Amino acid sequence: MELMLQQFINAVSLGSIYALVALGVAIVFSILRLANFAHGELMTVAGYTLYATLLAGVHWFLAALAAIAASVIAALLLERLAYRRLRSANPLTLLITSFAVSVALQSLFLLFFGARPKGIELPAFVDAGFRIGQLRVQWLDVFIIVITGLIVLSLHLFLKKTVIGLALRSAADDFRTTRLMGIKANAVVVGAFMLSGALAGIAALFYFATVPNVVPSSGFEPMLKGFIACVIGGLGSLPAAVVGGFLLAFLEVGSDAILSNSLSPYLDAIVFGIAIILLRWRPGGLFGVRMTEDLRV
Amino acid sequence: MNFKASDVVMKFKGLTALDGVSLEVAKGEIVGLIGPNGSGKTTLLNVTSGVYSPTSGSFSMGAEIWSKISLRDAARRGIRRTFQNIRLFNSLTVLETVEVASAWLGTGDRRENALNALDELHFTQHRDRMATELAYGMQRRLEIARAIAGKLEFLLLDEPTAGLNHGESEEIVTIVQAIRRRRGCGIVIIDHDLNVIMNVCDRVVVLSEGKVIASGPPQEVRRDPQVIKAYLGS
Repeated sequence: MELMLQQFINAVSLGSIYALVALGVAIVFSILRLANFAHGELMTVAGYTLYATLLAGVHWFLAALAAIAASVIAALLLERLAYRRLRSANPLTLLITSFAVSVALQSLFLLFFGARPKGIELPAFVDAGFRIGQLRVQWLDVFIIVITGLIVLSLHLFLKKTVIGLALRSAADDFRTTRLMGIKANAVVVGAFMLSGALAGIAALFYFATVPNVVPSSGFEPMLKGFIACVIGGLGSLPAAVVGGFLLAFLEVGSDAILSNSLSPYLDAIVFGIAIILLRWRPGGLFGVRMTEDLRV
Repeated sequence: MNFKASDVVMKFKGLTALDGVSLEVAKGEIVGLIGPNGSGKTTLLNVTSGVYSPTSGSFSMGAEIWSKISLRDAARRGIRRTFQNIRLFNSLTVLETVEVASAWLGTGDRRENALNALDELHFTQHRDRMATELAYGMQRRLEIARAIAGKLEFLLLDEPTAGLNHGESEEIVTIVQAIRRRRGCGIVIIDHDLNVIMNVCDRVVVLSEGKVIASGPPQEVRRDPQVIKAYLGS
């Protein structure tokens, strides 16, 4: 029983990280139909900022804020320098561009920080925990789950109750018609990238708290998982991205618990295989949304 | 404010969709735009509302003159429109659909403006339903409600009665007349239902192959031999 509860907490905690990454990917995709594969590099930017600021003796809370800010700034720079001129390009061009941006950023990280892993000096409370009977719960997991819950709730209220949220939702449905409502295209796109950057920064804090090393390619794996979570849930829908994130995490933790040690190295392959079977059944994802054919802005 | 399009040309690669079209609509006037399929009616609405940039020509409204305009700027000047194929937002409710426009193009309370626009279109209920779950005729009306929420100087209606039954078409005619009476804006309406055009329009402009071939009062245009040949048939 304790083991099952432990696995449940692990899955919710991991799902929280995947959900945040998936949300960041989904926000940009829903508006621009851009699968931003450089989203992982935004997390890496946050990772290196965390490494550098903690190494410089900055308080962990300020370091965390700096990491999120760095990720937001990087997202805005990506939008301005790489994607803005290509908004009217076809989705394939955007996809290839995002790959190119991802590779270019990884090369930059390599140039500035080298290939060796940089250990992040995490504060002591990250390893602290408490016991409920035989069950040991890490405060970090509690923190990740609670903060993610608050973020998802805040994002829901922001999108539902504010004028900017209303604009973002309408833009996600039909960008061209949204502009006919007098809404500035740049404001919506910049808003989406800001949110995406902030989510990448927060997801990076949680990710690097569990894997406290940063290398140039650190962002690739969480980005891939986040993207798959989006696809499983249904690309273009934010609630679906969150559900997809948790589902992927439960698949991963559940498979890990069931599989024998000899099959553990193939965990990702098995989980992705299950995801493919799921998509065979529902090609648009579990909550696939209908998208307008007008993909251009 | 009077709206004027002068000598508008729109070319798509080898195809000339509009070939020197001029159109003037006075404040409070309803102008019908008719013509065979492919004659350039929707293209004229598209260049006017900023969907396309015309190859040449100019537009004016009051003291403002322009040759190209963005979707957003057209809306901010009060040039509002509906679409031949309904384009509502999938994830918004009826009220939110109208609120988007009233928030960015209106002054004062966005909720109140949106509710007023819905009242004008006889949406006494269904405000919390998803827009795309409404019956087809109601979706048509909702598009018009969205187009009149906030600033409105000039309204472009692209086939507002397409796919509607007789009763629903009659209701659209009443709504369009009420909008003109209350808002005093100029209105251009494209429709293949000649009864709608004859009942609601002060003037009719006929396009054929990207050119204006006739313009005048509905009954006069209906008898024009050139219009009969190009569009109405014998």
